[in-house]
Amino acid sequence: MLSRDEDILKAAEDWRKDGRGVALATVMETWGSAPRPVGSNLVIDAEGNFLGSVSGGCVEGAVVAEAMDVIEDGKPRMLEFGVADETAWKVGLSCGGTIRVYVEKVS
Amino acid sequence: MKIDILHELNAERAARRAVVVVTDVASGTQRLVKFADIAKDPLHNVIEKHVRMGKSGMEETTQGRFFLTVHVPSPQLVITGAVHISQALAPIGQMLGYDVTIVDPRTAFASVERFPDIKVIAEWPDVALPPLNVDHYTAFVALTHDPKIDDPALKHALSRECFYIGALGSRKTHAKRVERLKAAGINDRDIARIHAPIGLAIGAVSPAEIAVAIMGEITATLRLKAEKAEAA
Repeated sequence: MLSRDEDILKAAEDWRKDGRGVALATVMETWGSAPRPVGSNLVIDAEGNFLGSVSGGCVEGAVVAEAMDVIEDGKPRMLEFGVADETAWKVGLSCGGTIRVYVEKVS
Repeated sequence: MKIDILHELNAERAARRAVVVVTDVASGTQRLVKFADIAKDPLHNVIEKHVRMGKSGMEETTQGRFFLTVHVPSPQLVITGAVHISQALAPIGQMLGYDVTIVDPRTAFASVERFPDIKVIAEWPDVALPPLNVDHYTAFVALTHDPKIDDPALKHALSRECFYIGALGSRKTHAKRVERLKAAGINDRDIARIHAPIGLAIGAVSPAEIAVAIMGEITATLRLKAEKAEAA
């Protein structure tokens, strides 16, 4: 993707260098109508501050919550959101698509 | 992601060089592949394809599932000549996502009225071009028909790794240009990099149609493999 967005990866690096616990979320796969393209990033710190987006607002809350655990235990996770997954996740994408978001710790 | 990979990634992006992070989804292991090192990477085929398209994505390979995070600089379009064709070419370039700059020392041409919302530099190429960071992600187009302006600009573009260089003019005009550039010490290999006559052969007549032909040729050069772009 073209590097025109606000600089999320630079923020991730700066936040980590400030000594904050940081996780990086990346949209890795999409099916159907998805609000943000593959490669979109969300950076989250241990306080729950975040920058960027992986869905345009629908699932950021759940990603931020999961990121807390990732920062805690350091293990990357693949999260899936979508209409097919309503039971597993209380949040879904209003546009009807499915996305997979990879959440990893910046260490 | 390890902080040293993130740091290197940001440094490559800041330097306007393409860079890829390869993530093994099953294990979480990652590596950074710089543009210059793509050919040496075991996944070079898929990486090369993703970089050309400027798209991140998942790849299933015999070695497992890998996510390629692709970062390519935003392309820029540098034009010499604030001429009629440029009035169409600049907005088309912007629509396609290019940062567009027009260089023309003739202030009567390089006016804001003629080019609203476009960066126009009313300077000679030797002053205007060096700060523009003309690089691999730059398409350079010479449109003035004036050797005093186009020739030094073309020499500058040839000294960089621009993915596209084009120059306006008939075969006869270009033959004279080639003579001048050769006399100035430019080698045949570099001269062959200049697309002239400029643009795809779509029978363009009006300035706007010529702009479409030029932008089509730039897009083909950016997105197709070299041999297919030549055939376009």
